[in-house]
Amino acid sequence: MTTKELTDRKNTKKERENLLEVKNLKTYYPIHGGFFKRVVGNVKAVDDISFTIKKGETMGLVGESGCGKSTTGRTILRLIKPTGGQIIFDGEDITKISGSRLRKARQDFQMVFQDPYASLNPMQMVGDIISEPIKNFERRDKKELEEFVKSLLVRVGLPEAAYYKYAHEFSGGQRQRIGIARALALNPKLIIADEPVSALDVSVQSQVLNLLKDLQEEFDLTYLFIAHDLSVVKHMSDTIGVMYLGNLVEVASNKDLYSEPLHPYTQALISAIPEPDPKLRKERIVLQGDVPSPANPPTGCPFHTRCPMAQEICSQEKPPLKEVRPGHHVACVLY
Amino acid sequence: MTSKSATSLQTPLLEVRNLQTGFKIDKQYYNAVEGVSFTVDRKQIVGIVGESGCGKSVMSLSIMHLLPKGIGKVRGGEILFEGTDIVGYNEKKMNNIRGKDISMIFQEPMTSLNPVFTIGYQISEVLLNHQDITKNEARAKAVTLLKNVGIPRADQIVDEYPHQLSGGMRQRVMIAMAIACQPKLLIADEPTTALDVTVQAQILDLLKNIQEVNDMSIMLITHDLGVVAEICDVVLVMYAGKIVERATVEDLFENPQHPYTQLLMQAIPKMEEEKERLATIEGLVPSVKDMPEVGCRFANRCPKAMPECMQITPRLEDTKGGHEVACLLYEESWPREERVGAR
Repeated sequence: MTTKELTDRKNTKKERENLLEVKNLKTYYPIHGGFFKRVVGNVKAVDDISFTIKKGETMGLVGESGCGKSTTGRTILRLIKPTGGQIIFDGEDITKISGSRLRKARQDFQMVFQDPYASLNPMQMVGDIISEPIKNFERRDKKELEEFVKSLLVRVGLPEAAYYKYAHEFSGGQRQRIGIARALALNPKLIIADEPVSALDVSVQSQVLNLLKDLQEEFDLTYLFIAHDLSVVKHMSDTIGVMYLGNLVEVASNKDLYSEPLHPYTQALISAIPEPDPKLRKERIVLQGDVPSPANPPTGCPFHTRCPMAQEICSQEKPPLKEVRPGHHVACVLY
Repeated sequence: MTSKSATSLQTPLLEVRNLQTGFKIDKQYYNAVEGVSFTVDRKQIVGIVGESGCGKSVMSLSIMHLLPKGIGKVRGGEILFEGTDIVGYNEKKMNNIRGKDISMIFQEPMTSLNPVFTIGYQISEVLLNHQDITKNEARAKAVTLLKNVGIPRADQIVDEYPHQLSGGMRQRVMIAMAIACQPKLLIADEPTTALDVTVQAQILDLLKNIQEVNDMSIMLITHDLGVVAEICDVVLVMYAGKIVERATVEDLFENPQHPYTQLLMQAIPKMEEEKERLATIEGLVPSVKDMPEVGCRFANRCPKAMPECMQITPRLEDTKGGHEVACLLYEESWPREERVGAR
């Protein structure tokens, strides 16, 4: 691809409209306790986050375990009921819809799961696994459906014969390809990929990442790419959101986030990644302690307990996410 | 210093010679580790990298005599620890070495700690087994050890159970246990794979500190080239049960020679690079049951494979200044007869 074409592509992307808008999304899990199993508290898995994804772009969500990135993905798919906020998909508010309307809307957003072993039914033929979502929504001639599923298998890099096999006959990378074919079956607009490569070896990981990029171009897909590995997220995404304890602490384009991380947590996260180059052995910012429990989050800024730059105000007030540079949002009192 | 310890300083701490470890499948043994030789010197951190199924964990289990009984077996070769071959050691003799001279930490700290005993009890157990001390002394020592590995409130945590701790804390407890008797060699099998990056950075720092303070050697097994670059001195790259490349960490990253190592490095997305596509390695590792008898084991996936690669088994040869590679591409200078004879 030439540079001109690349800039053209970037420009057309700019004019594109929002496919997904998340406004003040909250997802709390109740904690039951006491004699009558009453609700005694909440785990604030996702606590008031907002972001938008433009058509054809990839938004990456990165954070450590327990930061709420998977819950965010599942809430957007409406697999979990949101506690508050709005999810606007392609102009339609899907936060409260249910029944047949939700079922219909779900055609447009699909998910690729982390564990390619657990997310495929071991009792079903691969062909049936992939055709099941299609059978759910439309009536198609048997022969025609089989042809279509086989073409999907070929598209994700599997042989046609895979149609008649079972999941256990495939390696981890191949299973993930089956999972991707299933997500593509309904020709969705948005694919939420929740740690799609973290169970795979590096050589296989790169195959799957390349496939996801190719498919995005070919089918004009929009991705929400969730992972804990910042270098993978950076490779895949146009915009990256960094999450900590249920909050978005920084949102920026992938270049800005790497060249100029603003939030102290993002800085520590980038600095903690071991670079595959012994000459870069650097003085790392090593954070002290662990992530606090989301059932009992610290007051004020969620990160102040581990922040090397914490001030007194940090423990009292939660800083809002605000735009400090064009397209670069950060939630920190320093800015 | 006695003459005995003077000689022992010259022999490498651990020397593995032509190790072959097999697993029994349908009454027949198949080798998961095939003729691996390497040394670990004193105070050295040796990294062993490879993808799943390359035999890196099997190798460490062979050294520790922890292979599943009746299924896995060391079928040939020698494991010399301070000059003595420990392959033939019985359980009793091994118990004297394990935990005292060689210890091991594992990937999953939750499953390797016993959930029904307190942290303090589990650390004291190691001390009581190997040292002549009382229970109270052992407990006091356990508290010091916990402090040394950076556990806050050590005097309280010593009475807590593994489930009360986070993953990073559990791995610290495992490390405290492993270094309790100041072993000469620590085998760390994917010690940070289950941890978050910020916690991984803490644990790597800790391992490096302990290694320097205790003058210990570490054999670090990992799939993550980043971790290797961060703390190792020497790296072995394994593929399908064999070592394909061995070099100092600087050499390996500056000038990777084996096609497998090169592809592995190009396949990782890097933070400072903008790349549209990543390198991939097509195909799969052959399973142990149908590993080719002769020829390079990577040949069927190698973009640089030549017809000879299927017929000649490459040997691990020094290419220049200690950088060893097992690949025919680097054996060009050999006379042809000898290359065929190398089988």
